[in-house]
Amino acid sequence: MHATPILQINDIRLGYKQDRQMKVVVDGYTMQVPAGEIVCLLGPSGCGKTTVLRAIAGFEPVYAGQILLDGQVIAEPGRMVEPEHRRIGMMFQDYALFPHLTIEQNVAFGLRRQPQQVRRQRVDELLELVRLSDLRDRYPHELSGGQQQRIALVRSLAPSPKLLLLDEAFSNLDTEIRRQLVVEVRSILKYSGISAILVTHNMEEAEAIADHIGMMKDGKLQAWRRMDKTPTQ
Amino acid sequence: MVTPSSAALTATRRWPPSQWIAAALALCVLAPVLVLTALALSGETGHWLNLLHNVLPVSLSNTVLLLLGVGILSALIGGGSAWLTTAYLFPTRRLVTWGLLLPLAVPTYIMAFAYLDVLHPLGPIQTLIRDLLGYDSPRQFRLPDLRSMAGAIMLLGLVLYPYVYLSVRVMFMTQAASLLEAARTLGCSRREAFWRVVVPLARPAMAVGLSLVLLETLNDVGASEFLGIQTMTISIYTTWITRSNLQGAAQIAIVMLAVVTLLIYMERHARRRQRYAITQRMHPIQPVQLRGIAAVVAMLLGWFPIITGFIIPFWFLVNESIKRLSSLQAVSMELLRATYNTISVSLAATVVTICCGLIIAWSARHARSSTARLLARCSSLGYAIPGTVLATGLLIPYSWFDQLISGVMNALAGIPPQLYIMGSAAGIVCAYTLRFMAISVGSIESGLARIPPSLEQASRSLGHTAFRSFLRVHFPLLRPALGAAALLIFVDAMKELSATLLLRPLNFETLSTWLYAEAARGTYDEGAIAALIIVFAGLIPVILLARTQLKANY
Repeated sequence: MHATPILQINDIRLGYKQDRQMKVVVDGYTMQVPAGEIVCLLGPSGCGKTTVLRAIAGFEPVYAGQILLDGQVIAEPGRMVEPEHRRIGMMFQDYALFPHLTIEQNVAFGLRRQPQQVRRQRVDELLELVRLSDLRDRYPHELSGGQQQRIALVRSLAPSPKLLLLDEAFSNLDTEIRRQLVVEVRSILKYSGISAILVTHNMEEAEAIADHIGMMKDGKLQAWRRMDKTPTQ
Repeated sequence: MVTPSSAALTATRRWPPSQWIAAALALCVLAPVLVLTALALSGETGHWLNLLHNVLPVSLSNTVLLLLGVGILSALIGGGSAWLTTAYLFPTRRLVTWGLLLPLAVPTYIMAFAYLDVLHPLGPIQTLIRDLLGYDSPRQFRLPDLRSMAGAIMLLGLVLYPYVYLSVRVMFMTQAASLLEAARTLGCSRREAFWRVVVPLARPAMAVGLSLVLLETLNDVGASEFLGIQTMTISIYTTWITRSNLQGAAQIAIVMLAVVTLLIYMERHARRRQRYAITQRMHPIQPVQLRGIAAVVAMLLGWFPIITGFIIPFWFLVNESIKRLSSLQAVSMELLRATYNTISVSLAATVVTICCGLIIAWSARHARSSTARLLARCSSLGYAIPGTVLATGLLIPYSWFDQLISGVMNALAGIPPQLYIMGSAAGIVCAYTLRFMAISVGSIESGLARIPPSLEQASRSLGHTAFRSFLRVHFPLLRPALGAAALLIFVDAMKELSATLLLRPLNFETLSTWLYAEAARGTYDEGAIAALIIVFAGLIPVILLARTQLKANY
């Protein structure tokens, strides 16, 4: 195992306030993600796995404990790094492709600060990676579910995040396409060397993609399993 | 032994009866437009030149200016308040979210009626300002006159913005959250995400809301009249009523229809290629908690449209009504009759419109051809035709109809000729039906769309005829949609002024025409009571709307 984990979660508490009362969703949660590896959080709906993911992305405040990315604190009680400064990518269950932008503009969205030459090259390369270059001028609603999913993936990879979060990213797809894509996404992630956390309730999907599987229940990590994968190719 | 029934085999008819009725109704909506076109074209070229030189330059430019001003103002207020109430937490936010719909209950002419008095140089607000500043005569200090283009834009914008608010807010609630978060993970700050994602995303919803605002602005006759703005609607009205020049009125009406067509085209254009998918897992935007000065500013911004667009006129009407009632002890017979007229005409229009809507929507659902769907679209066009234009176009078909019936009745029963439609409220009921058909067809169609075809197939396979299936299955399931549509139509009919003014028989007053006459005469007797009744009726659908449309908000 690598010396420093890319992500370190220490004893965090998450929840929300309702009618001035704190509702705790996740408590005393600790987890590490080794650099370059894929972790899968598996559990029934309502177990808090999506809340953990949203806290890592920066959409939920932390009420106790700490989250460290690459050894730096990104969230602790009363203090958090804004999502846009974390360099953490996220893939949403509904893909969240911008309906008013073309595929190309969607993929280029996170590359705005790069010079145009670099930006174009990166978009070309990413579209090539998922073999969708000829759809670059289409709008999201003109694509199939599997195509939208691939675009959402490369869009989140475009700014070269340190960590990618996938929230039920495959659950809207048919079983057949899902099997294909899970394999494809794993190889793309491994190829780019990006660490990832995937949230799902599908065991088969988890086993196919993950290096580590964390079983969650009632806001707690119940078990941690290391998958034995022979390296592809 | 079972013998096959002789009725078992019936020819598949291409056009079932419901479709014939739908076609006839669509023709009724198109008739006024066709008549207007024919009338306008039959006019002498001299008339057209007169129109071009004397009428259009003023009234067209006034109308365009009014549309532009009201459009910008309601986009700012509606879009701004939609964002304010979805993206920020501030004290009384829930109340503001709901209250922002209230101005919908105040028709434009009642807004003008109330504010002319509230902002009168000797009225409460100007007196208060003078007292605060230490002046004692209107000659020393007065606010700019409300009877101006700026005044009209302000008043119309303040009651029409909720159309924009509603559609944009629904858009934010259903679409914005995950897209906003996606933008953040891709390196956008809150401000950048607002400009790069939220604003372009709001555009189609904005277009929908704005088109309704602008159609209402075109439709308005009362406010422009009270405020002295010579719009095209006013020109049509005066050309016909005071100069009895129907051709001239028709010519202006045609130009107005061109403006309407342009508006609808612009709406379609703004929405092109933007078919947004509905996301499966909707979660509202995580609002930012505002504190200190920012919270106070947000609260003031949120309350401003509610106070100016509803609370002030409402408070004024209640106040005036109480004053009136306590000095008189009773309301006049005329007001009671106007109330009775309003309710009976509106009820009749509601029943007729709902029945027609059922037929049209049903035939569109079951049609094998696209004709029926086209007919449904045609019959919904009435909402876009300003009331004054519709009424002008109906005058001639009405008189043909009266002549026809008179002739028949005279020949058959020897009854002397009389005005069957023009002389009774039937003409108003017909006009309301044509104008509000879109509400009825639209809500029934969407209600039917939620009923899976398998239910009807099950009923048919269990031995019910198509009609019986409708009565036993669809009608009960449609009841909530029908109820909501009926309520909306009833209230819209109660408020209607522009078509009613032109089509009502002699000595027939509704609450709105009563109010109009009083305000036009400058006598403020019982107008406030009439206005208050209309506003109270208007509040009912607003409450209903608030409960259904804003539910996603917690």
